Amino acid sequence: MRLTVDAIDAYYGGARALDGVSLAAGVGEVVALLGRNGAGKSTTLKSVMGLVATRAGTIALDGVAIGGLAANARARMGIGYVPEERRIFAGLTVAENLEVGRQPPRPGAPAWTEARILALFPALAPLRHRPGERLSGGEQQMLAIARTLMGNPGLLLLDEPSEGLAPLLVAAMADAVARLKAEGLTVLLSEQNLRFAARVADRGYVLARGRVVRDGTMAELLADRDAIGRHLSIGG
Amino acid sequence: MTLLAVDGIARSFGATVAVDGVSFGVAAGERVAMIGPNGAGKTTCFNLINGQIAPDRGRVAIDGRDTTGRSPRALQRLGVGRTFQISQVFASLTVRENVQAALVAGQGRALSPWPPLRRREAAAADRLLDQVGLAGEAERGAAALAYGDAKRLELAMVLGQGPRLLLMDEPTAGMGIDERHALMELVSGVVRGRGVGLLFTEHDMDVVFGHADRIVVLHRGRVIAAGTPAAVRADPAVREVYLGAEAPPCA
Amino acid sequence: MDSALATLRLMAAEPSFALAQALTGLASASSLFLVAAGLSIVFGVTRVVNFAHGSFFMVGAYLAVTAIGWLGGGAAGFWGGVVVAVLGVGLLGVLVEVAILRRLYAAPELFQLLATFGVVLVIQDGALFLWGPEDLLGPRAPGLRGAVEIFGQRIPTYDLFLIAVGPVVLVLLWLAFRRTRWGVLVRAATADREMTAALGVDERRLFTGVFALGALLAGLGGALQVPRETANLHMDLNVIAEAFVVVVVGGMGSVVGAYLAALVIGVVHAFGILLFPKLTLVLVFLIMAVVLVIRPAGLLGERGAASRQGAPEAPLRPASARLRWTAAALFAALLALPAVAGGYVLVLAVDVAILALFAASLHLLLGPGGMISFGHAAYFGIGAYGAGLAWKWLAAPMVLGLAVAPLAAGIAGAAFGWLCARASGVYLAMLTLAYAQIAWSVAAQWLAVTGGDNGVLGLWPAPWAASPAAYYYLSLVLCGGGILALRLLVHAPFGQFLRAGRDAPRRAEALGVAVGAQQWLAFIVAGAFAGLAGGLFAYAKGSVFPTYLAIPRSVDGLVMVLLGGVQSLSGPVVGALAYVGLADELARGVALWRLVLGAAIIVLAVAFRRGLAGAVGDAAARP
Repeated sequence: MRLTVDAIDAYYGGARALDGVSLAAGVGEVVALLGRNGAGKSTTLKSVMGLVATRAGTIALDGVAIGGLAANARARMGIGYVPEERRIFAGLTVAENLEVGRQPPRPGAPAWTEARILALFPALAPLRHRPGERLSGGEQQMLAIARTLMGNPGLLLLDEPSEGLAPLLVAAMADAVARLKAEGLTVLLSEQNLRFAARVADRGYVLARGRVVRDGTMAELLADRDAIGRHLSIGG
Repeated sequence: MTLLAVDGIARSFGATVAVDGVSFGVAAGERVAMIGPNGAGKTTCFNLINGQIAPDRGRVAIDGRDTTGRSPRALQRLGVGRTFQISQVFASLTVRENVQAALVAGQGRALSPWPPLRRREAAAADRLLDQVGLAGEAERGAAALAYGDAKRLELAMVLGQGPRLLLMDEPTAGMGIDERHALMELVSGVVRGRGVGLLFTEHDMDVVFGHADRIVVLHRGRVIAAGTPAAVRADPAVREVYLGAEAPPCA
Repeated sequence: MDSALATLRLMAAEPSFALAQALTGLASASSLFLVAAGLSIVFGVTRVVNFAHGSFFMVGAYLAVTAIGWLGGGAAGFWGGVVVAVLGVGLLGVLVEVAILRRLYAAPELFQLLATFGVVLVIQDGALFLWGPEDLLGPRAPGLRGAVEIFGQRIPTYDLFLIAVGPVVLVLLWLAFRRTRWGVLVRAATADREMTAALGVDERRLFTGVFALGALLAGLGGALQVPRETANLHMDLNVIAEAFVVVVVGGMGSVVGAYLAALVIGVVHAFGILLFPKLTLVLVFLIMAVVLVIRPAGLLGERGAASRQGAPEAPLRPASARLRWTAAALFAALLALPAVAGGYVLVLAVDVAILALFAASLHLLLGPGGMISFGHAAYFGIGAYGAGLAWKWLAAPMVLGLAVAPLAAGIAGAAFGWLCARASGVYLAMLTLAYAQIAWSVAAQWLAVTGGDNGVLGLWPAPWAASPAAYYYLSLVLCGGGILALRLLVHAPFGQFLRAGRDAPRRAEALGVAVGAQQWLAFIVAGAFAGLAGGLFAYAKGSVFPTYLAIPRSVDGLVMVLLGGVQSLSGPVVGALAYVGLADELARGVALWRLVLGAAIIVLAVAFRRGLAGAVGDAAARP
């Protein structure tokens, strides 16, 4: 397994956000976290990244426990994180945004160069010197992923990649995820849009109130109308 | 009678033209949805109407009265109620006190030094909480509410002020499917029962096509289509820039 | 005024004199820029306003004097000494960052300001211990001792050297931030610290580096100042007040803005000394007030980051039966106090009551209002001066004096609050500090009216209140009543909407609440009650001094509120009690009391953010 999460708890102030969440993702697998806002999807991703402290349980990357490491150390071990709000560095140019993400190549993970990344997202190539704040929503989403790829991750965490994108761009985003999978990346993504998740993911976990309430292949989950009605947002 | 009339409003930020001459109207008792891709100008357009920012040109009128550039506070006095994309409630007040605050504010008594807020309009507040299904949460701190519940509390606060025009920014974002439709049913009941006008933005096409009487589609700061859900769904321009080949299911 | 006119006439007749004065101003501007640039860079990346930045400047000057002494005279000795001083200050910066600030990055601004103020106190006593109370005269720079004649005016060569240092450092900083990977990372971390970390950048090391750079710059400013002024123990607060102004006027986080602002302030200062020698501080702070009213984010600043409030407060609950009984029992005990206690205890009890009201009034702004007032002593002092001056000039009796005190302070609250209404977070903290400094310098420098540093003396209570017991009862009734009134206000719509406006200002506005007006009224109310406390204090001590409105008094108030806990309404009372006890003990027997107090403040800000009342509440709530 590339990523193993075992029974983690997380809190915001006194409020419990995660309650014994366990999940796993294999090499080259795309795994979706499903559920509505507040169910714990983003918190799970942030816990894996090290942006939210976990109080119990273990997180392991390629069999190495990373629970005690700071976010920057986890990133250097090969975890890439694309947050829900993109969080492009607005005052930095596209090239500078990519520079922030640059890390030396790591054995066992695909090595990216700026040229290869711009080939994956050709729309960014003519914008190298444009400040991040002057990119459109779709371009920002591409840059957010491109920036993360500069760190040569083996595991990519995508928080709500389809959120706020026009239905038209959602399809393009699904293609991009498929290409990353083809490169051998493991992708863990959170989604409210079941249609999108069904299209890109191999397996899924349904979260509600900080717990995993259901898991299985996407086909199994789609067949479970009850879980969809109660726990998910946008139907299939 | 047009309750809200938006006439050629425009707004730029530096070199970026966010909204470029948008016109449409909302009648009393009508539900209008505003949709479009990210960056199409929905949020700017919304903020131009609710008074958060002022337009460079164009005019906004409510009930025939020019309200261009008026502050949110001035608009509230004219009967505008709004909810936020990320619900804004008073985290350090109880759920009931949140509604009491809305009622007391509606009477213009926010500066009153006595008696305590918790002793005012409690019964009216409880009725509103009952209406949105939060009766059991009245004593809790609003900070502890689940995401969807906070959205409902916000709605109760706004309804408590008896608005004539409701502006809702992504009213159901982040809620479950069942919850979404229940909330929109509740809002629709108020719109029909009290003749309130509703303008909302939404990313969920099921909600849009299921609960709007009319839809306005924005693209690059302009209106590219407006009309009934059926007409908008069939519009080739809308399919090209927004919906894509994957047309949303029929409501 | 006449002398100012004479100076103006002189300058009109002799323009080269004005030029010389301008060049002197530009030379001072360089040092100020070095300090302000460091402050600004550190704030940009860490979002911490470092009160101790002036202390780095001071240490830089002292270290330079000492190091040049060791290394001997000559050019190598002088410049070598400067380098040693700069590196030493950089090291000190690393120490402060790693030991203290690192633990405070996620805390509300108030705690950061207080902790760094604690560092100021510690370094002050540290410098006193190491270098003694005497001013130290440093050597002049070898090779730059002469003067150059420009338009008939002799300009010191060292001044011209300093004028060149500013732009050189500015260009070097620009290159570092724009042309190096380190600079790109720093700018990224300035924009979004967490995201930068998530991309694999070790932000802790980056922050330590940035903080060290900021300290280095301040140390350089101090070391380069050695040939121009003596190293002394007042350099820290003097330069930090001006550096705050420069950074705020220039725009927080903008180095170019800091340079422009330093030029403006330096030149204004140079001319101000000639024209209004008594009011230079007022002049400098007036510039800041004007700029902030017109451009709330400063000349080149971007809109201030949203202020961090920490975890949301719990809803207010009506006083429980237990709390009511405790309060009643406490009140009964206080009524009985004169029967069992002697005069000294009563005097102390009056102090506690007055400070509790002062702290409670500050709490209204800090807690429910969510507004950092860093200059609350202004209202306390204005109340005291209101009573004192009413007695001195109008022979007003005590009752009238005690009525004038809250009135005067309430009016000051209205004026300052109106000007502050646009600001929030650290800007508000700096603005309130600036206004308090204006009030302080007026009190200290307007000799004809206030008596300056000699103060107003001979103020005594009316005969009926003259005995310790009588004055004690008077204070108890007025302060107890004031605290109770503040509590009722917080539960009323007025206070609840203050909290609501703090929690979700846009929601409150959309419901028709004028959040700004609400906050303005809170300033007036808080000012009036602080003024009442000040008036009572004036009659208790029989005198009024400018120190009543100085920064340390404001910090006293903040420490009391924090000791008690910001989120607790009874906190200020508990805090005042604890604080008076602590201060009394310290003043009695500890030589380096600032060091102890500073360390206590740091510990409080780092480890006990919910205060004593909060900690006790936690313990009580635990099953």
